[in-house]
Amino acid sequence: MRKEIKSSVPADNEIILGILNDSKDILNRLYKTYFPMVLQLVLNNNGNEDDAKDIFQESVIVLYNKVKSGNFELNSKLKTFLYSVCRRLWLKRLNAQSRNVRNIEDFSEIIPIEDDLEKHEEKDRQFTMMEHALKQLGEPCKTIIEDYYLQNRSMQEISEKFGYTNADNAKTQKYKCLQRLKKLFFQS
Amino acid sequence: MNKDTEITNLIDAYLRGELSPAELADFQQKRSTDPAFDLNVVEHENLVSHLTEYGERVRLTAEMNTIHQEIDVDSLKREVKPDLPVIHKLWNKYRVSTAIAATVAMIAVFGTLFSTGYFTEKISDSYLRRKLSSIERSQNALNKKLTDKPARGPVNPGQFGGTGFAITSNGYVVTNYHVVKDADSIYVQNSAGESYKAKQIYIDPSYDLAVLQIVDTAFKDLASLPYTFKRSASNVAEGVYTVGFPKDDLVYNEGYVSSKNGYAGDTVAYQVSIAVNPGNSGGPLLDNRGNVVGIINRKQTLVDGVAFAVKSSYLLKAIEAIPQDSLIDKLVLNKRNQMAGLKPSEQFKKLEPYIFMVKVY
Repeated sequence: MRKEIKSSVPADNEIILGILNDSKDILNRLYKTYFPMVLQLVLNNNGNEDDAKDIFQESVIVLYNKVKSGNFELNSKLKTFLYSVCRRLWLKRLNAQSRNVRNIEDFSEIIPIEDDLEKHEEKDRQFTMMEHALKQLGEPCKTIIEDYYLQNRSMQEISEKFGYTNADNAKTQKYKCLQRLKKLFFQS
Repeated sequence: MNKDTEITNLIDAYLRGELSPAELADFQQKRSTDPAFDLNVVEHENLVSHLTEYGERVRLTAEMNTIHQEIDVDSLKREVKPDLPVIHKLWNKYRVSTAIAATVAMIAVFGTLFSTGYFTEKISDSYLRRKLSSIERSQNALNKKLTDKPARGPVNPGQFGGTGFAITSNGYVVTNYHVVKDADSIYVQNSAGESYKAKQIYIDPSYDLAVLQIVDTAFKDLASLPYTFKRSASNVAEGVYTVGFPKDDLVYNEGYVSSKNGYAGDTVAYQVSIAVNPGNSGGPLLDNRGNVVGIINRKQTLVDGVAFAVKSSYLLKAIEAIPQDSLIDKLVLNKRNQMAGLKPSEQFKKLEPYIFMVKVY
């Protein structure tokens, strides 16, 4: 039943370094190298390609968070880590859909990743909360916050974009927006 | 700008690293002395870190979606799609060969069964009625009929023939049912060549027996029968003989009872090892003491020396089953045997007038 997926695999160290440097090329190679493995796992266990995409992207996010949190120790192959995460995520999703998951068909070895997933779940929850809060924030606050904190634009640019007479007005607006976001985020 | 706004901007500047060394020192100083300010900073930092993480994730997902679009998922799917179970794979691979093999096997089996006559008993053991006519013969007879009228009796030699023998002296004759089956008319002819019209008065297809009565006015009652009918079963290996008309003259053949049951365990008949041929059907099978023990009815083709004879006990049963009051003449079986102790040639001579060739038209 086993079918090895073969492709040129980037070295694990290379990938870790690339993640830390936000290298788009590394993300690209990582994605293309390991997606087939996850596709195989999901397709062979009652899933479709969209499920595989979701699961795999989530696992990459787990990897990124883990690497960027700085305490990443590579004590297994990266492939095994990703596979284990995907397997767990998929099992969880199958359970949620109350499908029969008595025996999932494996294509690779697995390692315990409970801690990582717990952290991920927490982060996932925060992500959802933030997404929700930003949605509730409404325009123009959302764009101002995103432009300043996510795109790292200067207040000068932002005031020009929104047609504020000076940067100070923009700063006041940003302050108000941030206060509201704080309220929305921490209250929810 | 109010004070809170200023503080927020200050913290933002701090987080972005836009403060000058002097401002930074001032900032640190303020944090360590003013707990409220410090809390404010921590809160702000926390929110911004959540925001940054959110942003990171949004960006990463967007990038991954872009990459995902480059992947040919369909072809990948084909590559990794679940393998069919082994049995399906084998079936797909050997389906055609299996079908051919099955067909060949079926043809072989049924062909063999058919050619060995498994489906039809008639092929493996043939009734011994003699086909008398060939086209030429009937043509000749017809021509003859057209040119000169015969003085007496049928000219047509008959479609089929068998043997029959008298069971009473007053004209009752027994033969095989298969000899007279589908008969338009029946004639019996003795070894002297005298032909008499006969009619069926009783048939028993399950025992393959038919009782005829000679109805011809030219027929004169025979002398009393020299043979009797054996009620009990014959022993295996007992010597027996038969007389019959496989050709136009009466033929004598000897053999022995080889098995107490007939073809495929048929309890109605004996298996007899005796040379018989088409035309012997209906002939009596007698033991050495002149008792009729059976009636020759068929033989197994492809096997040497295997013939079958209906047991005489079934003949007696059949005769008893004939309703006596429907008969014109009484049917009384002979009980006195005149042949015991005679030599075969003398027995044959005694027997001769009582054996008839049965001709069916």
